[in-house]
Amino acid sequence: MGQFKSLQSLHKRQSPLAQTEHQLKILEDGIFTSGEAPRFGDRIQQTLGGALKTTQLDILQVNLGYMCNQVCAHCHVDAGPDRKEIMTKQTMQHCLEVIESSSVKTLDLTGGAPEMNPNFRWFVTQAKAKGVKEIIVRSNLTIIVANKKYHDLPEFFARHQVHVVSSMPHWTKEKTDRQRGSGVFEDSIKALKMLNDVGYGNPESNLVLDLVYNPSGAFLPGDQDDLCQDFKRRLDEGFGIKFNGLFALTNLPISRFLDYLIASDNYEDYMWTLVESYNPAAARAVMCLNTLSVSWEGYLYDCDFNQMLEMPINHKSQHISDYEPEVMDGRLIKVSQHCYGCTAGAGSSCQGAVT
Amino acid sequence: MSYYDPKDLRKFGRITEWSETLGEKFFDYYNSVFKEGALTPREKSLIALAVAHTEMCPYCIDAYTKDGLERGITKEEMMEAVHVGAAIKSGASLVHGVMMMNKVNKLDS
Ligand code: SF4
Ligand code: SF4
Repeated sequence: MGQFKSLQSLHKRQSPLAQTEHQLKILEDGIFTSGEAPRFGDRIQQTLGGALKTTQLDILQVNLGYMCNQVCAHCHVDAGPDRKEIMTKQTMQHCLEVIESSSVKTLDLTGGAPEMNPNFRWFVTQAKAKGVKEIIVRSNLTIIVANKKYHDLPEFFARHQVHVVSSMPHWTKEKTDRQRGSGVFEDSIKALKMLNDVGYGNPESNLVLDLVYNPSGAFLPGDQDDLCQDFKRRLDEGFGIKFNGLFALTNLPISRFLDYLIASDNYEDYMWTLVESYNPAAARAVMCLNTLSVSWEGYLYDCDFNQMLEMPINHKSQHISDYEPEVMDGRLIKVSQHCYGCTAGAGSSCQGAVT
Repeated sequence: MSYYDPKDLRKFGRITEWSETLGEKFFDYYNSVFKEGALTPREKSLIALAVAHTEMCPYCIDAYTKDGLERGITKEEMMEAVHVGAAIKSGASLVHGVMMMNKVNKLDS
């Protein structure tokens, strides 16, 4: 990502982009106002023959807070050590009630660094007790080695059969550190070894460790299977590390990645790349169809991206404490031009490519 | 203003508008060439990048640099590929020196 580097969140820097209205205005303007490119809403309407609507609730994605030990250049959450927003135990309790009473199959924990929430382990244990099929933790890896109190996270994950999904932008130190901060590569390797040591990534264990790859700049991810093979070979040869699968994610043009695109004069080209790579098959499989995103305060969103853009769901129940099954029953999904990031190429969701 | 406009690359597909059959034949051929075969798409991407440089085509350089990044090809790999192209290009010039030598030898006894 060239010279563009900043070690503070947009909030801390008091950047105008910390205001979501400002981000949405940028997304709506330019090639979309001039009529050169079709708006996402029109495009998807054409593909589906109607508006984008939810189908059912399979995945509850809960954001446990924006606090993070890292300040990655591309972070769409604008997370960092200076962010103090953290989900309370009471809000977690409301999430547990929904898990118990609904069809949720997967609880997907994200942040920031979700492990930094003081009630993280309690929440995982309770959710497990409620019988949710799968618990995913989106771990940035370095948190495991950041402080002694986190060193036993691999054992904790293993004990509760948590599915670990971790960011690893590249198998080279240079590219990883450029995107995620200096020293991140080495700490990530250490953490991956600790996960391997308790059985993660071993195809014979039932402990799943998937990696998330997202491009280090203004380009799309390549073929997910090719990247996976490449990462497997390089991480095994170089460090003896094993993992299960790799999710290739597209960077959505919001928050710090939007800031980077504008500062590096890549914004318009990147939007064109997304628009021109629009894939109708991916559009039919976007993750908001069966996912509900919960903010640290308990508010409901179509997805983590809409949460960051402060676009609340289109329903009278706006909070996890008021959840009712109708929320997921054909609810109209709010879209803007950032959604093109989910439908480019092979498509992109929190579980990687969708086609 | 330069003759080359980066935005024109986006219009490449429109080539078919003025000759649909030939244009489509070209794109079919082009897309088939880059599919997995005896060579991997990754290897083909690096060859394309090297040729883009020897042809000095700014559109192809833009396109195959981006393609390489998407495939996780490192900048060191890209630069080596460019050197391969440059070496062949300079070798191709230099090997003509033999023609010059032949000619000198013939003319100048
Ligand atoms: S580790 Fe994740 S949440 Fe933390 S700054 Fe990086 S991208 Fe954002
Ligand atoms: S950004 Fe969110 S709302 Fe838009 S398509 Fe992607 S998942 Fe759906």
